[in-house]
Amino acid sequence: MSSPTTRELPLGIDDPGTVHVTHEHHELGFIRKYIFSTDHKVIGIQFMFTGLLFLVLGGLMAMAIRWQLAWPWTEMPAVLGFLFPETGRVVSPEAYTMLFTMHGTIMIFFVIIPLLTGAYGNFLIPLQTGAPDMAFPKLNMLGYWFMVPAAFCAIAGFFTEGGAAAAGWTAYPPLSTIESAAPGSLSGQTWWLLALTFVGVSSMMGAVNYVTTIVKMRAPGMTLMRMPLSIWGLFIAALLQLFALPVLTAASIMQLLDRTLHTGFFTPTNLIVNNVGAETVGAAAGGQPLLWQHLFWFYSHPAVYIMVVPAMGFASDIIATHARKPIFGYKPMVYSMAGIAGLGFIVWGHHMFTSGMNPMVGMTFMVSTIMIALPSAVKVFNWLGTLWDSRIRFTTPMLFALGFVSMFIIGGLSGIWMASTPVDIYIHDTYIVVSHFHYVVFAGSVFAIFAAIYHWFPKMFGRVMNETLGKFHFVGTFIFTNCVFYMMHQIGIAGLMRRTADPYSYETYQHLQPLNEVISISAFLLFAWQAFFVVNFFHSLFFGKRVGRNPWNASSLEWDAPSPPGHGNFDKELTVYRGPYEYGSPEVEEDFLPQTRKLETKQTV
Amino acid sequence: MNVTAYDPAIDAPAHHHGIYDYDSGPPVERGKFAIWLFLATEIMFFTGLIGVYIVLRSGSAEWPDPMERLAVDITALNTFILITSSWLMVRSLFSAQQGDQAGVLKWLGATIIGGAIFVGIQVYEYMELIDHGSLPNVDIFWSTFYAMTGFHGLHVVVGVLWLCAAWVKAARGGYTARNYLGLELAGLYWHFVDLVWVLLFTIVYLF
Repeated sequence: MSSPTTRELPLGIDDPGTVHVTHEHHELGFIRKYIFSTDHKVIGIQFMFTGLLFLVLGGLMAMAIRWQLAWPWTEMPAVLGFLFPETGRVVSPEAYTMLFTMHGTIMIFFVIIPLLTGAYGNFLIPLQTGAPDMAFPKLNMLGYWFMVPAAFCAIAGFFTEGGAAAAGWTAYPPLSTIESAAPGSLSGQTWWLLALTFVGVSSMMGAVNYVTTIVKMRAPGMTLMRMPLSIWGLFIAALLQLFALPVLTAASIMQLLDRTLHTGFFTPTNLIVNNVGAETVGAAAGGQPLLWQHLFWFYSHPAVYIMVVPAMGFASDIIATHARKPIFGYKPMVYSMAGIAGLGFIVWGHHMFTSGMNPMVGMTFMVSTIMIALPSAVKVFNWLGTLWDSRIRFTTPMLFALGFVSMFIIGGLSGIWMASTPVDIYIHDTYIVVSHFHYVVFAGSVFAIFAAIYHWFPKMFGRVMNETLGKFHFVGTFIFTNCVFYMMHQIGIAGLMRRTADPYSYETYQHLQPLNEVISISAFLLFAWQAFFVVNFFHSLFFGKRVGRNPWNASSLEWDAPSPPGHGNFDKELTVYRGPYEYGSPEVEEDFLPQTRKLETKQTV
Repeated sequence: MNVTAYDPAIDAPAHHHGIYDYDSGPPVERGKFAIWLFLATEIMFFTGLIGVYIVLRSGSAEWPDPMERLAVDITALNTFILITSSWLMVRSLFSAQQGDQAGVLKWLGATIIGGAIFVGIQVYEYMELIDHGSLPNVDIFWSTFYAMTGFHGLHVVVGVLWLCAAWVKAARGGYTARNYLGLELAGLYWHFVDLVWVLLFTIVYLF
């Protein structure tokens, strides 16, 4: 970086330079302020509420799946049963495939990615870099409102003939493209593809905005290597979205064309599905179903890192703050995140080991996948190094961040092991895989999201969440999460297949039903336990203890702003003098040294 | 990497709204930076389409000769018109940099006409093909043809609309010799659309 210089007002499209930083708040009406707001904080909170709402919906679907796996073809209790009124509160095989398809789709595209990049990306990027707002506030608002047609399309599928998409969240053709393949492929799949396209546009708008803001709008003195690791995580995730997502958009448009105009991108010659020839219904042929898998995973493997790299950043911030110690090895943390993201682009084939590929190509994908263990191990080592000999405050956000680290290790280790082609050929499409990615995405990303909610709640709403309820929430969630997902390793190694409505129709798997019952009961407890969070969240929103600017005695920039920050974020001129993790500095009496505090002796980092 | 402390006395002389005016990035306007990011996503989008074409074509036992199926001569003329419109766009931006409003309107107008002719000829080509029964569901050649040229055509339409908006802004005196960013952004997008067409024309029509 060259030394900072002042320039003329940058000529952006939505130039926020006309907004005044000082205490003049021109009051906006309710609609402009809370609904069609261009303020990054409000948009972040909108993303958060939408994401949490969909988390409940996706969670309910998971509960229905678990009920079916524990007690197949029995009447579902309470709210689950209402999902299937026409089959007498019992799930049908077709409805089961819709459930796991939409569970995955909703959790990935409407919960994890919006909560990480939408909610916390929006909220944190300007606050932690010292910007008054995003580079393009109107584009930012548009990005949120593109999620509305996306959500509409995702849910609309359930109410069409044949029901929602039922080809798995991976939507492999020909199951997804040929109408005779499954009821969900009638029109549910078309709605699914439209939803995905809208989500893609929304994410693309967000990513352009995030990268521009981080590169162009950091406060004076906020060099790249003084940015909190959350910002690095979000920055890298935004770059991943920019370069990977358009390929999925192109692929889903081609699948959409296959379904609506009967083009033949993914339809092979002489294909017959359920006694209906694809070509006899007027579709072109000569395409390649495998091509979809390549295009899909070219995006969806980097998407895995979009879902975990920001979470790693949040965990790093939270661990350093509550362990009262600078993050161990800041630069290796940055480079390892970049390394994970870079390698993430060349490993997609490990999802396709059993789809058929040249063994040499398979080996290349295996080696590149296993190499991801190196930067991941650097991160884990540095988190442990940060905790070593520190003075940990066991607050709720810290507990969730520690939960993230410990369970990310489990998910990461099984990842290395199953990246090996011979292992994968045995465990492909078994519950091992389900266990692995839930350890990373639920026990990893969702725990980091909980940590982020508890940690930044005071900044968002000016009130702190209840610690006692928070700890109850953590303990139960941690225990039940492990009860649910750890045992999936066992049933997976026993060969239990995923995406099967009634695995016990095979005699081989009948002895696994008791274990599945334990998992399901744990899953229901895990779901019910979130009541602690819901009560705590809403109670604290209105009656929580009011706090000042910096309740955690943190040193990064967002804690310099008022809680909650007003329009334009900061009420004073900002200059950054040091990195974000100056805890226990010998230069001051307190155990933290804010990034903006000027010391008499000129401090360098 | 400059790691010395930031000193406002040196780096940011007194200013009222320091954190707003301050620009941390490379010396390029935010809008231009963002449009390059956007073009990067567009490159990946067309990479997806072109990649699919290459895979499907090389994986097919036989592929029809595009020269026999497509009107290469009229499309070559169309390509020439689109490339010319890129040159007209450059002239328009050059006029804006000179503060010559009449020149901007003239050259930008010519660019718009060029783009509109391109779209018109493409629509004519599509109608002729459809008349002959060459629909996207006939075979994989037509599937890829319509997807690639269709999405490019949509981009040209968006580009023409964008240039029209820029023309209206120019007519109202929105661009000066000091501030012509909006025109430049529209121009970047226009050049990108032209460049993609050169690739598509070569791959789809000529090979």
